Amino acid sequence: MTPAPTPAAAGKPSFMPRLGLAAVILGTLFFAIAPLLVPTYQISILTEVLIYAVLAMSVDILAGYTGRTPLCLGAVFGVSTYVTVYWTSTMGGSPYTGMMLGILAATLVAAIFAILAIRTTGVYFLLLTLALGMIIWGICLRWTSVTGGENGLRGAVRPAELAAHMPFYYVVFVAVAIITFIMWRFVRSPFGLTLRGIRDSDSRMRSLGYNVSLHMFIAFTVAGVFAGVAGALYAMFNDFVSPSTVALTQSVEGLLMAITGGVGTLFGSFIGALAIIGLENAVSIYTERWQTVLGLVFIFIMIFAPDGILGGIKTLLARKRG
Amino acid sequence: MLEVRDIHSYYGEAHVLHGASLSVAKGEVLALLGRNGMGKTTLIRSIMGVSPPNVRAGAITFKGEAILGLPPHLIAQRGMGYVPQGRRLFPSLTVTEHLTVLKPASATHGWTVAKAFEFFPRLAERRYHRGNQLSGGERQMLAVARALMIDPDLILMDEPSEGLAPVMVQHLEGIIGQLKAAGLSILLVEQNLYSALAVADRVTILETGRVVHEATAAEIGDQPETLTRFLGVH
Repeated sequence: MTPAPTPAAAGKPSFMPRLGLAAVILGTLFFAIAPLLVPTYQISILTEVLIYAVLAMSVDILAGYTGRTPLCLGAVFGVSTYVTVYWTSTMGGSPYTGMMLGILAATLVAAIFAILAIRTTGVYFLLLTLALGMIIWGICLRWTSVTGGENGLRGAVRPAELAAHMPFYYVVFVAVAIITFIMWRFVRSPFGLTLRGIRDSDSRMRSLGYNVSLHMFIAFTVAGVFAGVAGALYAMFNDFVSPSTVALTQSVEGLLMAITGGVGTLFGSFIGALAIIGLENAVSIYTERWQTVLGLVFIFIMIFAPDGILGGIKTLLARKRG
Repeated sequence: MLEVRDIHSYYGEAHVLHGASLSVAKGEVLALLGRNGMGKTTLIRSIMGVSPPNVRAGAITFKGEAILGLPPHLIAQRGMGYVPQGRRLFPSLTVTEHLTVLKPASATHGWTVAKAFEFFPRLAERRYHRGNQLSGGERQMLAVARALMIDPDLILMDEPSEGLAPVMVQHLEGIIGQLKAAGLSILLVEQNLYSALAVADRVTILETGRVVHEATAAEIGDQPETLTRFLGVH
């Protein structure tokens, strides 16, 4: 017979999930209603926020749940964008097939990167993934006959029925909602639990019978799949791709969004994407030095909420509750 | 159950184990004793396949199968549980998650979450607390419970009584006794002689990487000279 938990311990777990559910409902409502209240240009920004939130969540799977910070998922994202745009523009194929091929290519690239990177940790993982991302950037820049080099490629990805901002936003909204649910199930699954164990100590997990390398390979590849999904959506959103889409700044931006929202919180990526893309657009109206302002805001967050915005809120609530 | 024959382990170029040998029979508790730095933890890590150290010579068989050179996860999958020195829990996982990470809560065979909580009622009370929110005794219980979740035939315990209050050490002795009664084999590394003698069937003493003395627990209690010479016990 299992002994009954003490009242204090018994009350503990039910509080945060209920609050978390309320926050998820509020967040969903915000993204569902916001485009109805803002001008067309802001709808486009909100669309970008949703797409980048998926990239940030894929970064969070590795940075937050396995404890390995990747600097190549922006490149994996960009591979998907390139393939999707190439398929529709140069090959004249269907955008939906293009998106599928884009995700497939991103998955393949992530799997290859995974084989190379999973045996490293800490700063070595960071540097190796940075180098792998730079290889993709170099290829996209130099392989001009296919990628268009610095000029990039203009696509015909977005179908006519989704040409307007509002319907496209809601298609992305539904897609991102489904992807987010799948990612949430993934990190909450028994497999996700093993990733958290690996984050705490991979040697302990090995001693308990886990093939850590295989788990890391799967986690890395799955993160790549989601980065690829974000990249394919971005292809439809932007209808254009250039080497800047696979550049290091893309990976760093995804990482900054995950960190700003709260690493290891998954949903924090939405807050991070909203904060960073929102600030980029809002501040750049008033000053050309918007990157300085963004840097200062980031420093402010790191000092006062090192666990990110959502992480900070969680800590505050937990402290309040004792 | 476990046979270790003449193993030589190294940390880099430092030769730590010089042909150590021991064996643990089914249902037996073997205490591995020795002063600090004699190679006890190195021997346990060598058996478990944890690197470092590197084992360069010798043979280790578990349930009749050679396991030397296998990665630790394959050794664990063959039924060898490991309770490392200093507990080494997962700081961010709750007590329940420490158990469910190894076996789903819905499992019904062998050691289950419910059975572990029945065996360690204190852990059931603390089920929602994280690994870094537990007392030393609770951490030790959780480290043992976690090792049990792989349904081991043999458990390697590295200094489980280290840093525990006397009352917790006694409690731990009771737990080891119950596990032995349940048919588990245990290789127990200890510095606390009296705690080891309370639960062990046999004792092996290690000095500078070599096995220098073997006796039953009953015999060694009557050998004060041996205890003084190898363990510094007066």
